[in-house]
Amino acid sequence: MSCLQTIQDYGLRSLGFGERLLPRSDFTLCEHFTLIGSGMIWNVYFGVVALAGGFFLATALAVAKASNAWWLRKPAEWFIFIFRGSPLFIQFFFAYFLFLSLKSVHPIFDPFTAAWLGALIVLFFNTAAYSGEIFYGALRSIPKGDVEAADAYGMAGWPRFRRIIWPTMLRLAWPAYTNEAIFLFHATALVFFSGFPAWQQRGDALYYASYFADKTFNPFVPYPILAFYFILLTLVITAGFGFVNRRLNRHLPRDQRRKMRFRPNLIR
Amino acid sequence: MFSYCTDPDTLGQIRWLSCFLTTGVHMSFYMSFLKVLFLLAVTAPVALAFGFVGAMAARSRLLPVSLMGKTYIAVVRGVPDIAFFLFFVIALDQAFEYIRHKVLCPDWDQPIRQGSDFIVCQAAKLPLGTDPQWMHETYGFILAVLTFAIVFGAFAANVLFGGMQAVPRAQLETAEAYGLNPGQIFWRILVPQMWVYALPGLSNLWMVLIKATPLLFLLGIEDIVYWARELGGTKTARFSDYPHGDWRMWYFFALLVFYLLMTRVSEVVLERLMTRLSHGQATTGGEAQRRAAA
Repeated sequence: MSCLQTIQDYGLRSLGFGERLLPRSDFTLCEHFTLIGSGMIWNVYFGVVALAGGFFLATALAVAKASNAWWLRKPAEWFIFIFRGSPLFIQFFFAYFLFLSLKSVHPIFDPFTAAWLGALIVLFFNTAAYSGEIFYGALRSIPKGDVEAADAYGMAGWPRFRRIIWPTMLRLAWPAYTNEAIFLFHATALVFFSGFPAWQQRGDALYYASYFADKTFNPFVPYPILAFYFILLTLVITAGFGFVNRRLNRHLPRDQRRKMRFRPNLIR
Repeated sequence: MFSYCTDPDTLGQIRWLSCFLTTGVHMSFYMSFLKVLFLLAVTAPVALAFGFVGAMAARSRLLPVSLMGKTYIAVVRGVPDIAFFLFFVIALDQAFEYIRHKVLCPDWDQPIRQGSDFIVCQAAKLPLGTDPQWMHETYGFILAVLTFAIVFGAFAANVLFGGMQAVPRAQLETAEAYGLNPGQIFWRILVPQMWVYALPGLSNLWMVLIKATPLLFLLGIEDIVYWARELGGTKTARFSDYPHGDWRMWYFFALLVFYLLMTRVSEVVLERLMTRLSHGQATTGGEAQRRAAA
């Protein structure tokens, strides 16, 4: 069977299209690459949707945590503490069993026990908490002069936030936020190992990689392929966020622009 | 455990719960918490040692050594840690058995990989098939510790490397001017000073390590996640004296609280440690302390 045929059969296997049965023996390198790559669709889906939604919640959380009103500050602080202080793995398990028991209360919770929605919600809250903390740190280090200048121009409230505070906050937080995004994509690999079932063997990249490793008892082929895909994804994210970073800093003189550095160790 | 526990069906709610939470399997559940703490206590120093060697390699003047150190750091950070956990548990096991096979059975002529099988001679098996159960469990635990140490060693290496770079250049130049050789400069000047720069990164790493411990479950260890799933599942009256519905949600809620407590305690302790270490240092933290005292 040619490699092109394999790609046709298994390229969209993780979404349920193409060949139903997974290969069972005599695995070729092409099958490894195709199936693990097909699983990456899920990783990208979880990462992109959670990140896009989490961005807005994170902004709200950061503003709430920096607020003077205790009824805004306390809930935001607790939300951030709970999601940053406990392992994502346990959060997934807890959420899955929570949705499972809610399901018996009302059928409206049916889709929540499936990974595409249930795990997405956990990832969404999780990334919102981590990025919220990053944004909060940035909010607190906005130069005093910027805000005073806005006051002098007669800006207040919403216009001041939208035109002065928010862009500066993003500019300061962006390098750390890039790292958070990379971590989030790595965290998506946990989904199918934490309670959420892979329905009809439609799993993510790690699910297929461990499938191959279990069948061949040889970890030295599937996991490096997985690593290859993730490093590729990391490079794409870094490039995309670097583009935004340049845009956020485009008004600054060249030597003052903040350099993007890949430093994942300092966040989580 | 209590004397009134002989017939659970007749008990009231509170007493039933007190009996239920002290059954033998629950004791194993509580022991697994100790297992997690033990893993943390063993892994943290081992990972720190891996990190130290990695950082030393990364700043070596020999190009191949420094490249090796930097590749180790970059690869482990670029890939999800869970993939490494799943990979190393099999890979380390096979590597050990392969080496033992080569040493113990030199006259074995068949290939080791036959299709989907990994075949080594009986004497090279780890642990030996005749070994008692606790040897198997200990071996599994050692593999888990090594895996954790390799993965978190890379993160620690990155932090320590940064800490070493952050030590003011003038300190090292002064040492050179006094005629110290590179080894002396490293051990007597660089290493004692780098900790205060590395501590924020290391404390962050400790938090990450705490939050990575439930992944033990994926390495086949009977840890808290394993027991929470086992104990929480629905029990019928046929198989248990304490029948109950699906309580897994509550067990995982307990785990969630356990981890939140661990995080909170670590935060407080690390804060104190940072205050202690900044004392008298030429950093903003140390300067603030000096001002407050004056």
